[in-house]
Amino acid sequence: MKDTRYIFAIKEAMEEEMERDENVFLIGEDVGLAGGSFGASKGLYEKFGPERIVDTPISELGFTSLAAGAASCGLRPIVEIMFMDFVTCAMDSIVNQIAKMRFMFGNQYTMPVVVRMPEGGGLNAGPQHSQCLEAWFAHVPGLKVVMAATPYDVKALLKASIRDDNPVIFIENKTLHARKGPAAEAAEDVVLPLGKADVKREGSDVTVVTASRMVHESLKAADTLASEGIDVEVVDLMTIQPWDRETVFNSISKTHRLVVAHEAVKQFGFGAEISAAVAEEILDELDAPIMRVGAPFAPASYSLEKFYVPSADDVAAAVKKTLEGSF
Amino acid sequence: MKKPSKAKLIEFYSTMVRIRKVEEKLMEVFSTGEILGFLHVSIGQEAAPVGVCAHLHATDFISTTHRGHGWAVAKGIELNRAMAELFGKKEGFCLGRSGSMHLADASIGIMGANGIVGGGIPIAAGAAFTAQYRKTDQVAVATFGEGATGEGAFHETLNFAAIRKLPIIFVCENNGWAEFSPRKIHMPVESVTSRAAAYDMPTVSMPNDVLAIYEEAGKAIEKARKGDGPTLLEIRSDRWYGHYVGDAQQYRGKELVDQAMAKDCILNFENELLKKKVFSKQDVEKIHAQVDAQVEEAVNFARQCPFPDVSEMVEGLYV
Repeated sequence: MKDTRYIFAIKEAMEEEMERDENVFLIGEDVGLAGGSFGASKGLYEKFGPERIVDTPISELGFTSLAAGAASCGLRPIVEIMFMDFVTCAMDSIVNQIAKMRFMFGNQYTMPVVVRMPEGGGLNAGPQHSQCLEAWFAHVPGLKVVMAATPYDVKALLKASIRDDNPVIFIENKTLHARKGPAAEAAEDVVLPLGKADVKREGSDVTVVTASRMVHESLKAADTLASEGIDVEVVDLMTIQPWDRETVFNSISKTHRLVVAHEAVKQFGFGAEISAAVAEEILDELDAPIMRVGAPFAPASYSLEKFYVPSADDVAAAVKKTLEGSF
Repeated sequence: MKKPSKAKLIEFYSTMVRIRKVEEKLMEVFSTGEILGFLHVSIGQEAAPVGVCAHLHATDFISTTHRGHGWAVAKGIELNRAMAELFGKKEGFCLGRSGSMHLADASIGIMGANGIVGGGIPIAAGAAFTAQYRKTDQVAVATFGEGATGEGAFHETLNFAAIRKLPIIFVCENNGWAEFSPRKIHMPVESVTSRAAAYDMPTVSMPNDVLAIYEEAGKAIEKARKGDGPTLLEIRSDRWYGHYVGDAQQYRGKELVDQAMAKDCILNFENELLKKKVFSKQDVEKIHAQVDAQVEEAVNFARQCPFPDVSEMVEGLYV
């Protein structure tokens, strides 16, 4: 174990997997000579060359579908989309092609494609560079959707995603790129299972189910609330699709109160799916209505971003509200 | 380019007849409801797949379109299991999940037909990329209509393929109709070949004649195999029927349909081979009888196969 930054942990995961398996390659805009727009592939072009670190024209649809074709021939592409907002240009590739190709063609080949992209605010980049669109992909049968919160998790989950024979939408968060923390060394080769949540903080009063940047906001809220005698459990989903019902349901069976927090707009976010599943399956475990935390239903704000993205205060307020509530 | 042998010429003819008869049979069983969904036939356009696929090995790749039966047959798909797939049966190549619009046989490089216009073009480029990555001499052929050349997928792929010199051949069947719209509504240029200049890509246009196609495709494929990059081919053909089977073509009118049907690439080739005494009338009859029997056998096979179990609708979504 060593301390690193989230963005370096991403680079290390790709580098180690490329060393381990010659079928793994990286493709995207500015990933080669420039080392990636956020620096995720710095040094990889020099190490692996233009054959495996593939710079592309600005053409998200073209290179994402190209990755699908390469995967159907046995390669294992990692596609980098510069900002999650730009993935909209590759929706045919992901939704109509990659998500369906193995199943629709009767398992004639697998589709081991990882599509990496950073989401969220943090740069005051406004409506077209700040969105969190994970729910779209979680809604498409055939895709897995992963969101990592820490350097340790991002490395181990990216390695798992690259090794997975299913397509994985791998969502980073721009505010996390510079975040420091421990991550496994190459020799340790830590790979976390997809579809498994991680209880980041144990607590007995309220369960907060969350992912990515909001894990840290929820932990901050939990620290603040602890001084007021409120004991919050923070469950980091890590994989949104398929999500870990067992861990979430076990936690609710202990606390009997639920808050779901994500940076995406609240309406139709993954919080809606989790809330609905809890209501369908373990409603009698709840002692109070579920609260959801998310961004307001408006395009990401340029000048008012700090008020737009949900924060620890929003999580704390939701926790308090669910403690006041009852049926 | 070496001239094809007599046996090869007869094989070209037989394959064209096989495509025609398969699709005529599909129209028949579609009308009785045995085939579901949409059916798009390529009758009148049989020369293109035969002329191109004659140069391909089982290890080469093709991506096809919603109008792709001809390409699958020319690439060598086994008729019984293909027919079972179109009938939605479990013995089909795709376990009855694909039907006509997504027919695939990965074992011989048929990557899969695509229901999204232009969707298969970058996918074929992915196969070409893989061949280059692994330093094999495999090539990929992306097939599409001129309607697809309005899509970003077409332009993005030509751009990348030209930059990386991918071993791919872009084959456009320009049949004059993008679904229900004539060329002048969706293309400012007469010929798709005009589009290649933007990518500094060699390009050739040719008539709907199997020998002309065979010759030009041969040169383009050889070039791609040698690592000398992509080519855009345009084949000027005519779509006899509507966009889909059942399309009354009111937008087109009887006169234009009659003009298209008067141009028959199979009949023209048959007359040429008869004139050159490559085969006789009796040989032609024999070929037709053989193909009729193959198609009948495929339909009978498909009919007796079971449908997938309802549980298979959701099982195995993830590996």
